[in-house]
Amino acid sequence: MSDAIAQGAAGAHAHGEHRDDVGARLGMWLFLVTEIVLFGGLFLAYSYMRYLYPVEFHEGGQQLNVTIGVINTVILLTSSLTMVLSLVAIQRADLFKAKLFVGTTVVLGLAFLVNKGFEWAAKFHHGLYPSSEHMATLPHGEQVFFSLYFTMTGLHGVHVLVGISVLTWVLTLIARGRITPDRYVLQENAGLYWHLVDVVWIYLLPLFYLAA
Amino acid sequence: MTAVATTGHAEPSYLVDTGKRKGIAAWLTTTDHKRIALLYLYAMVVFFLVGMGIGVAMRLVQLHSLQHMMKPQTYNALFTLHGVIMIFLFVIPGVPAVFGNFLLPILIGAKDVAFPKLNLATWYFFMAGGIIAVAALFTGGGPPDTGWSFYAPFSVRTGTNVTLAVFGAFVLGFSSMLTGVNFITTIHRLRAPGMGWFRMPLFCWGLYATSWIQILATPIVAITLVLVILDRLFGVGLFDPSKGGDPLLYQHLFWIYSHPAVYIMILPAMGVISEVMPTFCKRPIFGYKAIAFSSLSIAGVGSLVWAHHMFTSGMSEFANMIFALLTMIVAIPSAIKVFNWTSTMYKGSIDFQPPLLYALTFIFLFCIGGLTGIMNGTLAINVHIHDTYFIVGHFHYVMFGGTGFGFFTALLYWFPKMFGKNYSKRWAYVAWVPMFIGFNMLYFTMLVLGLQGMPRRYWTHLPQFDTGHVVATVGSWFLATGLVLFFANFVWAIFKGSEAEDNPWGGVTLEWQIPSPPPVENFEEIPTITHGPYEFSKESHA
Repeated sequence: MSDAIAQGAAGAHAHGEHRDDVGARLGMWLFLVTEIVLFGGLFLAYSYMRYLYPVEFHEGGQQLNVTIGVINTVILLTSSLTMVLSLVAIQRADLFKAKLFVGTTVVLGLAFLVNKGFEWAAKFHHGLYPSSEHMATLPHGEQVFFSLYFTMTGLHGVHVLVGISVLTWVLTLIARGRITPDRYVLQENAGLYWHLVDVVWIYLLPLFYLAA
Repeated sequence: MTAVATTGHAEPSYLVDTGKRKGIAAWLTTTDHKRIALLYLYAMVVFFLVGMGIGVAMRLVQLHSLQHMMKPQTYNALFTLHGVIMIFLFVIPGVPAVFGNFLLPILIGAKDVAFPKLNLATWYFFMAGGIIAVAALFTGGGPPDTGWSFYAPFSVRTGTNVTLAVFGAFVLGFSSMLTGVNFITTIHRLRAPGMGWFRMPLFCWGLYATSWIQILATPIVAITLVLVILDRLFGVGLFDPSKGGDPLLYQHLFWIYSHPAVYIMILPAMGVISEVMPTFCKRPIFGYKAIAFSSLSIAGVGSLVWAHHMFTSGMSEFANMIFALLTMIVAIPSAIKVFNWTSTMYKGSIDFQPPLLYALTFIFLFCIGGLTGIMNGTLAINVHIHDTYFIVGHFHYVMFGGTGFGFFTALLYWFPKMFGKNYSKRWAYVAWVPMFIGFNMLYFTMLVLGLQGMPRRYWTHLPQFDTGHVVATVGSWFLATGLVLFFANFVWAIFKGSEAEDNPWGGVTLEWQIPSPPPVENFEEIPTITHGPYEFSKESHA
């Protein structure tokens, strides 16, 4: 989906006579609005459910591992920093550093997913997953809490995965000279997308891990 | 209109293949907004005719002698399918994807939309979504039987193939959303020099307001549909009371999108009417800014009225009252438009042509749809008519009488420009007669049946409703006949129609200043705009 945006932006470039970086950025921001509303639906569901089940959400939050959550937050925040550094590098025509920092961002994104994988695996191991036997024994509010936890962190994880793919593509484009110091709006847009993924996580952390 | 370059036919038209690829391959890989518009048009007419056929079949079942031509479960599948096809594949994308795509860049003096490749991608999303939705009929547990609104908890429990159908709707949402992103960027970035916001033709304002709703509302239904899929596949259960979930949450999330979607449907059609009225009255539109801002306020207020679909679902009295009040308020900007259109005609030199006839029909039918909408929004009446034929009649007046006739008006108005051919005006008039008679026989009767207590989505009915059902069914035959004549006229025109002039209606907006059909790049030279869109007095028109 963000590929489509990016290609659209690139497409405008490919015509040669028409290039509009401001337009490409505007398109990306509008796309980010749709992403925010997409998560917004889930945040709405979260607020309503938390209003219904305040105590159970507290109980549920206590069963999540705050340490892993915080480590993942640090990883994502750092990855946003490296993303910005890669933009600074491309603006200064330092292609090596641009590639290095985009590469670092990709690696940090993967590290986030690996962590998340361990966390989910541990939950599954304890029989905590939607429609499991163990889940059915929990109070309704806790079932909802974990359903929301899996849905929202899962959707976020999908976005991290998409971000990693886009950034890998950006990396190859820098290497092939398609993103250059005077034509890097694609990298900028990929960065915007990555920051959105980061921002969503900033909200997920307190809503789930720190809810207790 | 302005300093537009010569209208000589030096450049080849967009219908002629000029690139490396020829024929079908050239069309399927095109990034030309005009060709993409036609791709949408062809697909939509097919979907529309299928949806219409299903509608006629549903009416036949209501004749007692033909009742046993299908089982109740088949009937359930048909009304679901009729709704899904008509709403997601025709009414929501109809006017913006076809006429918005074709005309938006031309009306603002641009060569294409901001993201041409993305534009083509949205067509593929549209086709993929449509094909997935249709595939849901023939695979899995059989055709979905939930109604187009996929209400939980039934939609997560029924054994029919809801998962695939819902996924199809999800993909269609992407198409709609990305089209919105594309149009807003186009309007912000690609207006010709001098084309200030208040020099844009009103169709562009309609599209602009629509695009914002597409961006702000569609993702909500996307996530809601994802939750239905997750529930069906993994038992996530956010809408399932046995797991602590809440079905009312589904209804809220669904209508947070699907009510604004009604304005996605109607605003571009209103924009079409705002173009047609000045052209055939040879007068500037009355109240340009009022119409422009009413589009935005419909988009704004219309986003806050969703729960009027849920007055009988068990919300609090207070919430009901708030949503009823907001529903009344949204009628104001709609009425402003109607008053402005009719005021435009006052003392105009009216040139009565087929597009004007259909535009006036739009206004007439939309008024009935709008006024019955006010009735629906009134709490006390709503309890009585909820889930009856009154609702069905009401939304057909708005969606079919409104958006459908807006689409037909647009086709009549811009067809000569799009294809460079003239259709038969006589047959456009002839088709109108059975359409108009049949439409009112079918849907006005539904309003009456609803008030008498006929529930919607029932395979059968009690004897006291017999007369009404017979009238409605006969009406559906008239309507279908009119529609077939209407579309046949255009098919005939594509093959046998005479060459259209560049400006057959004496319009003054930019599309009439370029050849019919337009050249690939639209304008040989980007025009410079020096005045508003509907100034007939400035220059004589042939």
